[in-house]
Amino acid sequence: MSKKPTAIAEKNSAPAVPANDAAHAPINAGLPREEKIELYRKMVRIRRFEERSLQAYQKGGKIGGFLHLYIGQEAVAVGCCSLMGKHDHVITAYRDHGHAIAVGMDTKPLMAELYGKATGCSKGKGGSMHYFDPTKNFWGGHGIVGGQIPLGVGLAYGVKYQGHKGAAMAFMGDGTVNQGAVHEAYNLASLWQLPVIFVIENNGYSMGTSQERSSAGALAKRAEGYDMAWGVCDGHDVYQVRATMDKFLRLAREESKPAVIEIRTYRYRGHSVADPDNTYRSKQEIEEYRRSKDPIQVFQNQLLTERVLDEALIEKIDAEARAEADAAADFSEASPFPTPDDIQKDVYWETDNPTERKSQGRLFFD
Amino acid sequence: MPVIEYREAIRDALAEELTRDANVVVFGEEVGQFQGAYKVTKGLLEKFGPKRIVDTPISEAGFIGMGIGASMLGVRPVMELMFWSFYSVAFDQILNNAANVRYMSGGQINCPIVIRGPANGGTNVGATHSHTPENVLANHPGVKVVVPATAYDAKGLLKSAIRDNDPVFFLENTMLYGEKGEIPTEEYLIPLGKADVKREGTDLTIVTYGRCVLHSLAAAALLEKEHDVSVEVVDLRCIRPLDIDTVLASVAKTHRVLIVEEQKPFASVGSQLAYMIQREAFDELDGPIHRLATIDAPAIYSPPVEAEQLPNPQRVLKAALAAVA
Ligand SMILES: Cc1ncc(C[n+]2csc(CCOP(=O)(O)OP(=O)(O)O)c2C)c(N)n1
Ligand SMILES: [Mg+2]
Repeated sequence: MSKKPTAIAEKNSAPAVPANDAAHAPINAGLPREEKIELYRKMVRIRRFEERSLQAYQKGGKIGGFLHLYIGQEAVAVGCCSLMGKHDHVITAYRDHGHAIAVGMDTKPLMAELYGKATGCSKGKGGSMHYFDPTKNFWGGHGIVGGQIPLGVGLAYGVKYQGHKGAAMAFMGDGTVNQGAVHEAYNLASLWQLPVIFVIENNGYSMGTSQERSSAGALAKRAEGYDMAWGVCDGHDVYQVRATMDKFLRLAREESKPAVIEIRTYRYRGHSVADPDNTYRSKQEIEEYRRSKDPIQVFQNQLLTERVLDEALIEKIDAEARAEADAAADFSEASPFPTPDDIQKDVYWETDNPTERKSQGRLFFD
Repeated sequence: MPVIEYREAIRDALAEELTRDANVVVFGEEVGQFQGAYKVTKGLLEKFGPKRIVDTPISEAGFIGMGIGASMLGVRPVMELMFWSFYSVAFDQILNNAANVRYMSGGQINCPIVIRGPANGGTNVGATHSHTPENVLANHPGVKVVVPATAYDAKGLLKSAIRDNDPVFFLENTMLYGEKGEIPTEEYLIPLGKADVKREGTDLTIVTYGRCVLHSLAAAALLEKEHDVSVEVVDLRCIRPLDIDTVLASVAKTHRVLIVEEQKPFASVGSQLAYMIQREAFDELDGPIHRLATIDAPAIYSPPVEAEQLPNPQRVLKAALAAVA
């Protein structure tokens, strides 16, 4: 019933950066030791944050609604976001915890958002699917499949229009490529040569539907129909993600060229915590990925080989990440909920800035 | 009578109609192999096979539009939206194509499609997933809109919807899927456009539909017990066609009205009802028509606060006391 996502992906012909070369790519080879450790640490922090959130959801009943975990995909967000400059922007879908941490958001308000607290990054209004932090050039966190992709094109247009050298990364899943809005966005990006990289995080499944059951043909290759560059890379290796994305981000920033990049990854958990995960893939398949391709393990091995990490440092990073996740949970626990009076705040700029209101008439109804 | 869940009632209606009419097909995201995001379609793929029960890519405009096109040839597609909130992706297909094709063809073309799925708040899924578009949909002549509150109603109404020759939009509720109700063993249908008095009373008419029927019944029980107020609860069941006669008959009996709806207030179903009641039963009213709606803002995530944003039995109770004061 379940096939490995790689089976289809093999049909792609775009050159991926071979694993061993990625470490030698200048963007990686030139990294100071501290920054390599930081890449590793970010992935561990995301993992521990999400494991802690899962515990709060399942054991404590502290979190409502959906919780889409990124566990297994950490190298993608961390690799991509580590390349961000001042005028680079990120937008993604509902599986957004990894990107939020990768762009540098503090885990306390992120966890508090899951708890629905007023101290959350969206004041408890958005929840798991709707994280935002414009100060980190992070534009969400979007619940509707594909809805974020035209916005990503808009970020790229804005950067270009305002005369900056920057790029937007618009993330989506493998199932998202079949939304009409995505195709309209591709065309606009290419037609107007906008600096956007469409990043397909191909984890093999959209909910319970495997890639081959939802998409005709190869995913990133569709870019050819829009006369856009494309590429495929291994998302289990953060060096590869960086090497590939660096190449296309430069083209975007310097020549305003869009591209579609498919990054092959895997999620270990169900689609969301509500997914019983027993209809579409085997336990062995998940185990195989965990055993041989875990992005944290892969990078840990790499950094051990490079003698950047040693066992003591690995232990320390992990202990700190666990402590950070616990502290975020404690902070969330201790924080207040919003009140019913908060429901109608943050709806209009004018009611949030009443002294500057220009329009007249009633804005709210009962 | 067997007692089954609301979700099973919908499943049974689908299975019976799939069995009865070879033109009925079911399409939607995760309806087959995954057994339905809410297990509504559980077992249907095994029973009816992949020609009749079809998993779709995440392409709402595409597959719903496809269903509308197929319906013009006499196929009777039942399309599942995982959430009605995703209707906006397919807005043009639903409200330009399905709603208008009959009219624009001068009555030559039928569009017997059903689009169904949950449309509700209360599960803490935030603003993008909590839309209640029955007013938006019903604003379009040419379409029918059904919002069942109980398992019994869901089954009988869905069967009628599938047999209807116009597009029918069927709005369920994830909070109701697990609610149980009695269902007769023999086949039955409920005509579209017939309201149901779910509780009789003399002091106040609550006009409502969907999950708010349950809130209203809970509040009515408290009002009876603790406040000596006798409430009649009219469940519209359908928004379009709208059974205004049953509403007016109740108003003539109680002379006071509270509308309860899980809608944002502006231009809601309740707004239309209030207009019609005052227009047609002005002299029957002993006071202004009251309304309880969702607090006017996008759906908040925070679980305890969302519970307060929506109608709930306590809020209904308070509103009812104000309406009879
Ligand atoms: C328009 C729309 N349709 C359906 C959904 C429900 N839904 C949420 S996520 C999802 C699967 C998306 O899969 P993919 O694009 O592969 O991303 P992944 O979840 O694997 O990260 C679906 C069907 C939605 N949120 N929005
Ligand atoms: Mg996926």
